[in-house]
Amino acid sequence: MRPKRKQKLFMALGLVSLAAIAVGLTLYALRANINLFFSPIQIVAGDAPYERQLRAGGMVKEGSVRRNPDSLDVEFTVTDYVEDVRVHYSGILPDLFREGQGVVVVGQLQRDGYIKADQVLARHDENYMPPEVSEALEAAGYSPADYQAKAAEVAERVEQRDRAGQN
Amino acid sequence: MFIRMIPEIGHFALVIALLMAAVQGVMPLAGAALRRPLWMAYARPMAAGQFLFVVIAYLCLTASYLLDDFSVANVANNSNSMLPWYYKLSAVWGNHEGSVLLWSLMLAGWGYLASRFSRELPRDMVARVIGVLGLVAVGFLAFVLVTSNPFERLLPNVPSDGADLNPLLQDIGLILHPPMLYMGYVGFSVVFAFAIAALLGGRLDAAWTRWARPWTNLAWAFLTVGIALGSWWAYYELGWGGWWFWDPVENASLLPWLTGTALMHSLAVTEKRGAFKSWTVLLAIFTFSLSLLGTFLVRSGVLTSVHAFANDPSRGFFILILLGITVGLSLLIFALRAPRVSHRTGFNWLSRDALLLINNIMLVIMTVTVLMGTVYPLLLDALDLGKISVGPPYFNALFVPLTVIMCVFMGLGPTARWKQTDPRLLVKRLWLAGVAALVIAAVMPFVIGGEWNAWVALGLVAAMWIVLPTLRDLYDKTRRAESFGAGLRKLSLAYWGMQLGHLGVAVTIIGVAVVSNFEIERNVRMAPGDSVEVAGYTFTMQQLTSRRGPNYIADGAEIEVRRGDSRRSFTMNPEKRVYIARGMPMSQVALRPGLFRDLYVAMGEDLGDNSWAMRVQYKPFVRWLWLGALLMAIGGVLAVVDRRYRRLATSRDPEDSAREDTAREATA
Repeated sequence: MRPKRKQKLFMALGLVSLAAIAVGLTLYALRANINLFFSPIQIVAGDAPYERQLRAGGMVKEGSVRRNPDSLDVEFTVTDYVEDVRVHYSGILPDLFREGQGVVVVGQLQRDGYIKADQVLARHDENYMPPEVSEALEAAGYSPADYQAKAAEVAERVEQRDRAGQN
Repeated sequence: MFIRMIPEIGHFALVIALLMAAVQGVMPLAGAALRRPLWMAYARPMAAGQFLFVVIAYLCLTASYLLDDFSVANVANNSNSMLPWYYKLSAVWGNHEGSVLLWSLMLAGWGYLASRFSRELPRDMVARVIGVLGLVAVGFLAFVLVTSNPFERLLPNVPSDGADLNPLLQDIGLILHPPMLYMGYVGFSVVFAFAIAALLGGRLDAAWTRWARPWTNLAWAFLTVGIALGSWWAYYELGWGGWWFWDPVENASLLPWLTGTALMHSLAVTEKRGAFKSWTVLLAIFTFSLSLLGTFLVRSGVLTSVHAFANDPSRGFFILILLGITVGLSLLIFALRAPRVSHRTGFNWLSRDALLLINNIMLVIMTVTVLMGTVYPLLLDALDLGKISVGPPYFNALFVPLTVIMCVFMGLGPTARWKQTDPRLLVKRLWLAGVAALVIAAVMPFVIGGEWNAWVALGLVAAMWIVLPTLRDLYDKTRRAESFGAGLRKLSLAYWGMQLGHLGVAVTIIGVAVVSNFEIERNVRMAPGDSVEVAGYTFTMQQLTSRRGPNYIADGAEIEVRRGDSRRSFTMNPEKRVYIARGMPMSQVALRPGLFRDLYVAMGEDLGDNSWAMRVQYKPFVRWLWLGALLMAIGGVLAVVDRRYRRLATSRDPEDSAREDTAREATA
């Protein structure tokens, strides 16, 4: 009986220590790799930390997209219709990136008040609004119907402008 | 007249299926508890009937799609008269309602198969297995009917045309990915039913494990292929060349895969040595619960993800309740009944049993870490503690080292013996493989990428440590046969399945290590005449084109690619499409696949003045990822068709099979 009991003891000890190591490592890794979400209001109010990975989101402000003609650098403004935050990004924007549409950017807030984005996420479905963005907009005092109407309005104006530009 | 009633027929068939499932869930279980053969006899006909009616419902929905019946809301939202017919077929499951119906169809199908291929089982066992499957089916069919009816009509204002299928889903990868994945998810319901039946009946013997093993392997193989297809689809369809994003939805499919893998191995120990019985049962419960959790995560809309369609919160709530009942009830049954089935067998710490136990522990730790990273943000959000997301660095930091540790034991496992292994034997058989693995890993990074890279080397050591002992084992097993070929033929299919599965893991690891460290990506601004060099290939934009497809208009680019100074060149044609019905843009990637490297060109955005942002990528060994997954799946299937399971279906003599088995083990 004794060897069996010993085996059981070792097994239990081994399991407990492994689980402890796993949980410890997990929590450590989680702490180092969490990206908090901030809305433009929070960022302008100074709630967001500088130079740490974060996520920010809102609508792309109409007429705010500026491209560098020689490179892939692009700047645009993300707004919750109360406050604006400027975003700098270098690379290819997602297919569904559009003025007046909701986006989430992942990057670091710089001391000069703009976000240096590593990633710009737009959703894969036309009618889909990132939940963080819609909640941020609601916190800013807009009902879903409001901002959806607004987005549709902007989209129409942008389309008209594009058409005028082509002619 | 008949044609116009198709959606109603489908709806009615679903209701009948639900009622049959209810009878299937109650009568056989009650019959098994009260020992009433007549009640137990309900099991098979009800399983068949339920399957038949779900098939009818499914065919009705498919018919509505093919006939462009836009009075059905589901069709109007997800199809279009211009959509090619094969995408109409796959559009059926390209949306919430249809995919839950597909889930139910698969569940009914697995239930039917289980009832067909269970002639050898004791009657009460069959009754319990099918009864449990019936109860699960009740949950899902009720879910379809109450919250996600795919047959809802848009009357009287019928739209003249549909909103079209999301263009991202108009693709061969998406025709195959969901059914494969669901076959896997739902397949685990059979093992789950077996586990619950064993607990209820208080009987868990070698015959039981033999019975459960093929079902587990089959479900696991489907899940493996499903996950690989999803990754492959994301790679070429999302337009940025990633193949795994640690997206919560991907994690949701990885979780049951990890515990399913643990379950397969634990079942092996339970069959061969009669050990780990309660552990096996627990794993079966967890695997199916995680499949349900995955369904919940994907279908509830709580996640920000590619798969998140605009969703109704009541649906998430329904699945959450379903999940709660399933997990709660099965754990309760486990707590009450597990002591009856458990059985102690001693083993040495250096034995195949122990190594498989370690493998199980590692897989469970991996599951827990992935689960935490996936669910933690949701929990914080639900408790109103802020909105966070957990990025890929977290998963990589934990998953990579855990995988490497597991590979160490994977190398030892197949060589070790059951019950007890002499350490000297292990050293004698494996030292050469170990040294060779180190040497190969030290040299190969230079051959593949032209430079030293510690991560690639680590991946290669891990992979070689799995592959080389396999070769050594093959050599040892065939050495005594009259010829090498004869020796190979003597090996059982289950043995080949195991080796192939492990080989698949190694191949995938090589792919991951090489592509993550040696890939090259260049995002450039290009106009006709411009060229860019990536990894020795020169990409020159020849001209911009435009054309019209069946349901989209496309801007395209003609890219001429030349390797070094070679004369030969080929063209790649990436496109940027705008799908007319939704006005939704999508990048169609141009790929030049190869076993050792992929070239990948995608059109980014129109920058005006005739130039485009282009994404040009060089992806070495990326195909190995999916090749490895395919090998694993083939391994899983090979083990299922092994003789000893087939014999189970034909021979009724347990003595005979036991004798053969001892003979087999003596030769192994």
